[in-house]
Amino acid sequence: MSETVVKLSDAAIRRQILADFWFYFRQNRGAVVGMWVFLGLVVLAVFAQVIAPHDPTQQYRDALLTPPFWQEGGRVEFLLGTDAVGRDMLSRLIHGAQYSLFIGVVVVSIALVGGIFVGLLAGFFGGWVDTVIMRIMDVILAFPSLLLALVLVAVLGPGLTNAMIAIAIVYQPHFARLTRAAVMGEKEREYVTAARVAGAGTMRLMFKTILPNCLAPLIVQATLSFSSAVLDSAALGFLGMGAQPPASEWGTMLAEAREFILRAWWVVTLPGLAILISVLAINLMGDGLRDALDPKLKRS
Amino acid sequence: MTLVIEGKALTQDYHVSAGMFAASKTVRAVRGVDFAVERGKTLAIVGESGSGKSTLARIIALIDAPSGGVLKVDGQTVDIGRKRLTSDMRSKVQMVFQNPYGSLNPRQKVGDVLMEPLLINTPMPADERRDRAEAMLAKVGLIPEHFNRYPHMFSGGQRQRIAIARALMLNPALLVLDEPVSALDLSVQAQVLNLLADLQDEFNLTYVFISHDLSVVRYIADDVLVLSDGVAVEQGPREALFAKPQHAYTQQLFAATPVTSVAAIKARVERRQLARAALSP
Amino acid sequence: MALLTIKNLTVRFATSTGAFTAVDGVDISVSPREVLAIVGESGSGKSVAMLAVMGLLPDTATVTADEMIYDGHNLLTMSEAERRKLIGREITMIFQEPVASLNPSFTVGFQIEEVLRFNLGMNRKTAFARAVELFNAVGISEPETKLKAYPHQMSGGQCQRVMIAIAIASNPRLLIADEPTTALDVTIQRQILDLLMDLQEKHGMALILITHDMGVVAETADRVVVQYKGRKMEEADVLTLFENPQNSYTRALLSALPENATGDRLPTVADFMAAEAKP
Repeated sequence: MSETVVKLSDAAIRRQILADFWFYFRQNRGAVVGMWVFLGLVVLAVFAQVIAPHDPTQQYRDALLTPPFWQEGGRVEFLLGTDAVGRDMLSRLIHGAQYSLFIGVVVVSIALVGGIFVGLLAGFFGGWVDTVIMRIMDVILAFPSLLLALVLVAVLGPGLTNAMIAIAIVYQPHFARLTRAAVMGEKEREYVTAARVAGAGTMRLMFKTILPNCLAPLIVQATLSFSSAVLDSAALGFLGMGAQPPASEWGTMLAEAREFILRAWWVVTLPGLAILISVLAINLMGDGLRDALDPKLKRS
Repeated sequence: MTLVIEGKALTQDYHVSAGMFAASKTVRAVRGVDFAVERGKTLAIVGESGSGKSTLARIIALIDAPSGGVLKVDGQTVDIGRKRLTSDMRSKVQMVFQNPYGSLNPRQKVGDVLMEPLLINTPMPADERRDRAEAMLAKVGLIPEHFNRYPHMFSGGQRQRIAIARALMLNPALLVLDEPVSALDLSVQAQVLNLLADLQDEFNLTYVFISHDLSVVRYIADDVLVLSDGVAVEQGPREALFAKPQHAYTQQLFAATPVTSVAAIKARVERRQLARAALSP
Repeated sequence: MALLTIKNLTVRFATSTGAFTAVDGVDISVSPREVLAIVGESGSGKSVAMLAVMGLLPDTATVTADEMIYDGHNLLTMSEAERRKLIGREITMIFQEPVASLNPSFTVGFQIEEVLRFNLGMNRKTAFARAVELFNAVGISEPETKLKAYPHQMSGGQCQRVMIAIAIASNPRLLIADEPTTALDVTIQRQILDLLMDLQEKHGMALILITHDMGVVAETADRVVVQYKGRKMEEADVLTLFENPQNSYTRALLSALPENATGDRLPTVADFMAAEAKP
């Protein structure tokens, strides 16, 4: 053997894979910015108790509708002002990040697991199994997502948990479709036949051989669904069907602030901005992830 | 003279659906092929694309059931259409695929690739599996450090070695090799062919070797079967076939294969020089 | 006077693990009406060198050379507009995967007429007639019907003939063929190689044939350049190369050919390179 072999431990291999991924990811500046913002959000959410200057449910009766500190009448202790019942906006926003991230993670997890399982079955077995599953998915897709979520919430009752379940059901077909397409593509590859020749049965083929190779498009879709989940739960909260007051979920905050658009712009604009920035950051990051994970785009 | 594998009147039909409103067509990819291979020998199946050689390979490797005909492994008739393969039978016939870049799972470490056949088919404990895998890795010329790596970290030739190692994990009697060196560079091809020859000697393996490259076939085959459009147009011992090809298709194949002898080159160069001289006064 | 002169060509790619040198100081020259074979294995840089000449490398590649002159024009310093006048007209190229090289969404007739109309300025009627003429010249039967076919409806050999037709449409002086027969069956390979040689004689073009197959080299080349890991190992006329190879890598390649096997083990490149290392 004329090649020189470098001793690579498991950890070194992982580092190499990460380095490769980072090289392609950082070529997309927007994605890198998005990633930092998202990481900032995660930090805020995790350390909300420590970072937030006030308790988000604490009502300061002497400081109702205080403007942000740079405006006339603003107070430094309430950096971003207060809302109609005197709660500190900054603290509420920071705790809102907890809700948003929690919602995003739960919704995407449920939709991902359900969608992957269903998509695997449809893609692997084909035939009538595929037809039945995909038609059910089509029925779900035919409903506007928010409408279906509203119906489900109306049936199950308002509240954050029900809102999350509803949104997860509505997102499931996207993951199912992606998984099915990926499985159908990978099923005919030689390494699957090789696994069959090694004696692998159906279960092993589906979960251990094919599924790990279908993950790239799923990761990208998961990121995008995350941001959609944040948006949708904010919408539901706005409609009063999601997180109930006094929860400091951004959408719920928007609902409570409708009447103050002209009087106290910060009560409306700041939650809206928070939603905008989070969704933008996650989407930019998702774009970058797709570019980095797509092997066909590799240029060298 | 033990026959490791024997096929009689093997046929394979594919049903091609012509849409919702038309009847499906049947394409016969393999038409009535007979063959037999003795232990320790190599049968080369030669054919071009569309000849049915890959289809036949899948039948011999017990992946697909033939539409007709009988397949016998070690004297036992095997019909995977009727009964699922036992671990024992599955271990007898293994396969090496053509594409070194597609036949290894990109998400599976090499060590796991080698241990998987043992995990599925034998009750061997984990450390014994690991020992066997490491031993096989060394046997094909790789080193223990390669155990934890992913396929994309290897070259084409190395991947083919891993594929060969995987095929040998279950101690098969027969190895079906579908164009194993076609996608490899010439120098790497030589290494892999040497490895295959060594392994055949050591383990008394029987090979069914599919190739379109006549020079490779001439080098490794004991017997040759020429396949054209699903039909075995000619078969026999290597020397006889290469000395006097009988069928027109075989002769056409030979005529089309490039010749690298110095004499042939000299003749061609002279012809061209004459032609060029005739053009310019 | 050489048609194409390349001196000290180096191509580097920016990769996630640093710069990768694909071509390292290679000199190549082709005379008019000459058939030059560039032979090497994967990683030898043979395709990359020619893609650099054509200007077809991605942005991550850096091309440097002392000289890259085609018929008096300096390829290194020309403007894009000037380059487009040469590439695709006087210098054309065909690639390895014929079915993948054609746009699957358009008929082959559309694709060849597109070249004729936009590159050579013909009108629709003239382009059609010329397309039929070209299809006849490359041996496609029933050209009028075949012009309406899509690439996936044609075999690999036929698609390669279409590619050749497109490549010779402008009567190029230099045709670069990058592994044109590697993806084809051996009988089709014979037909395509015969066709290429035939056209080369008839049109008097220079032909650079990139291949890894020594058999193809033996059957077609006038002169041969052997490349290994980005460097030129040997250059000689075809007869000398096969009869009396000087470089150890060339000798290794020739010995690795199964038809040259003596005994039951094939010598490998490592055997030769090791022998060279020993004093």
